Amino acid sequence: MTRAPLHLPDPTLLLAALLAEGIRVIGPAPVQGAIAYEPLDRPEDLPKGLSDSQSPGHYRLAETAPGRWFDYVVGPQSWKKWLFPARQKLWSAERTADGFELGQPDEPWPRTAFFGVRPCEIAAMEIQDRVFDNGSFTDPGYARRRAGTLIVSVNCARAAETCFCASTATGPRAEAGYDLALTELATGTGLLLEIGSDEGARIAATLALAPATPAQIAEAKATSAATARAQTRAMPEAIAGTLKANPEHPQWEDVAARCLGCANCTLACPTCFCTDVEDVTDLSGDHAERWRSWDSCFSIDFTYVHGGAVRRSGKSRYRQWMTHKLSAWHDQFGSSGCTGCGRCIAWCPVGIDIVAEAHALSAPDPSLPAPAPHEEA
Amino acid sequence: MANPKLAVWKFASCDGCQLTLLDCEDELLEIAGRVDIAEFLEASSGRSGGPYDVSLVEGSVTTAHDAQRIQEIRANSKVLITIGACATAGGIQSLRNFADVAEFTRQVYAHPDYISTLATATPISDHVKVDFELRGCPINKRQLIELISATLAGRTPHVPKTSQCTECKAHGTVCVLVAHGTPCLGPVTQAGCGNLCPSHGRGCYGCFGPKEAPNPESLSARLAELGETPRQIRDLYRSFNAAAPDFSRESQRHD
Repeated sequence: MTRAPLHLPDPTLLLAALLAEGIRVIGPAPVQGAIAYEPLDRPEDLPKGLSDSQSPGHYRLAETAPGRWFDYVVGPQSWKKWLFPARQKLWSAERTADGFELGQPDEPWPRTAFFGVRPCEIAAMEIQDRVFDNGSFTDPGYARRRAGTLIVSVNCARAAETCFCASTATGPRAEAGYDLALTELATGTGLLLEIGSDEGARIAATLALAPATPAQIAEAKATSAATARAQTRAMPEAIAGTLKANPEHPQWEDVAARCLGCANCTLACPTCFCTDVEDVTDLSGDHAERWRSWDSCFSIDFTYVHGGAVRRSGKSRYRQWMTHKLSAWHDQFGSSGCTGCGRCIAWCPVGIDIVAEAHALSAPDPSLPAPAPHEEA
Repeated sequence: MANPKLAVWKFASCDGCQLTLLDCEDELLEIAGRVDIAEFLEASSGRSGGPYDVSLVEGSVTTAHDAQRIQEIRANSKVLITIGACATAGGIQSLRNFADVAEFTRQVYAHPDYISTLATATPISDHVKVDFELRGCPINKRQLIELISATLAGRTPHVPKTSQCTECKAHGTVCVLVAHGTPCLGPVTQAGCGNLCPSHGRGCYGCFGPKEAPNPESLSARLAELGETPRQIRDLYRSFNAAAPDFSRESQRHD
């Protein structure tokens, strides 16, 4: 089957083809004034003519040219809501005459397509893959959901003010990690459809599409390049080493004074994976359950050990989050934990900007003597 | 083994938190079968007297008589648990702590001389040692059942002290502060209500009181940027948990 790019006149044709195969399609839906990822039951459920305005602590869904399909970028939720649910039952136990009997929860996962996955979100899934299915450890539920999900991605034709994926090399165009990839061309002229897998090729073949012209392929590439150039934020390249070398930088106190410790950044982050495990019993004491739920390094009980919590100050908790995400993550998982999606910036109620903090922390610590000129770094 | 003896006590309050216990419908008969209810006037006029294994205390201390009564209850209770914002923080009636009670009584009552009250409404923990505080105005039924189950099983109840934002994110509720500019106390308020207001597009009213290590100063600065006046900010903090120290300090900063 051909892997050459095709021209897709209208994305609802592809959505209809997926639905016609009985695939559950989860995609963008305007919910409570933001783009969420919800099941799309009909081709006409795909929103059109929407964009967004994002800045630190600020998000507004807005109308744009009526013919545009994907001018909004990432919203408050990420696909981790589906692959790594906020609350999951791990097992249950019933008391029996001579002990207890374990029960495994039923976790149905019909054949699913994620429709409208942005390049930074593909990067986020690949980062979470290394957490939940990394050779030495496999979360079976996660692995089954991931394997049972087709990825229909959308290369971004627009960047929000909070986007910085170009600087983290995670967008705005995906080179891999998708079954099918869309790039929206000039308004009303359709989309470029690129094929990333055999299953993607098979589905694309059912649409009987015309091959894309060289001009359309060039236009898609130019669109991605323009989106990258439009980004106004960039994560400093050396941030991993900078954070490791500056645990006592005065900027940590500065950001701690503003940080609410509310955990929004970690919960909105598409790669944060920390959980709490809670055992519950019912009133009879004959039935017990173990639940895993999203937790955050911003909660004090997160580091509770006998006698108290390890990280007691807001400063130490913020430093843990940022240093793990941007520095220690490399040691642990072989990459940064940040995909440049900007969710932690937009969804921080007080607008703390991880990129601005990274730049502030990259400035020399004024409390330390300047290194002598002849010293090696 | 005999069932533990449970008592439910009322101080200055609206009875809503005790009603949450009666509202446990599906679980109520099981609870009644697992404990001997020795005192619960909202449910029964029968009283079998102390000592009690577990006392649930609703309401705040607003009279000299109640200040004495809570000492007797504590002396007769192995475990004393306070339920609801009145008992844990003073309740809405603690607004008197920021005003002149004598003036209030003159305005409200035809015969203010009949009224015998303290100048403040205070939480139970200001008077006696409290073993566990269950927050909320009113308390959450699921948390109450967890508290009773855990107490009966001799384990620590799972009642997180994290922000209301954690409930919004777990429920998929879009942040009303960020996406709509709606003033919201969620980032400084303890989770537990079940995400009631934000899931209906309203800002959090702070019914569960301050979260662990809250930073209301930073939130207030943001609310001011969004156009809230000092008086509006003061009034946000001054409701059901007005006398909780973190909220009280922040409201007074905007007086």
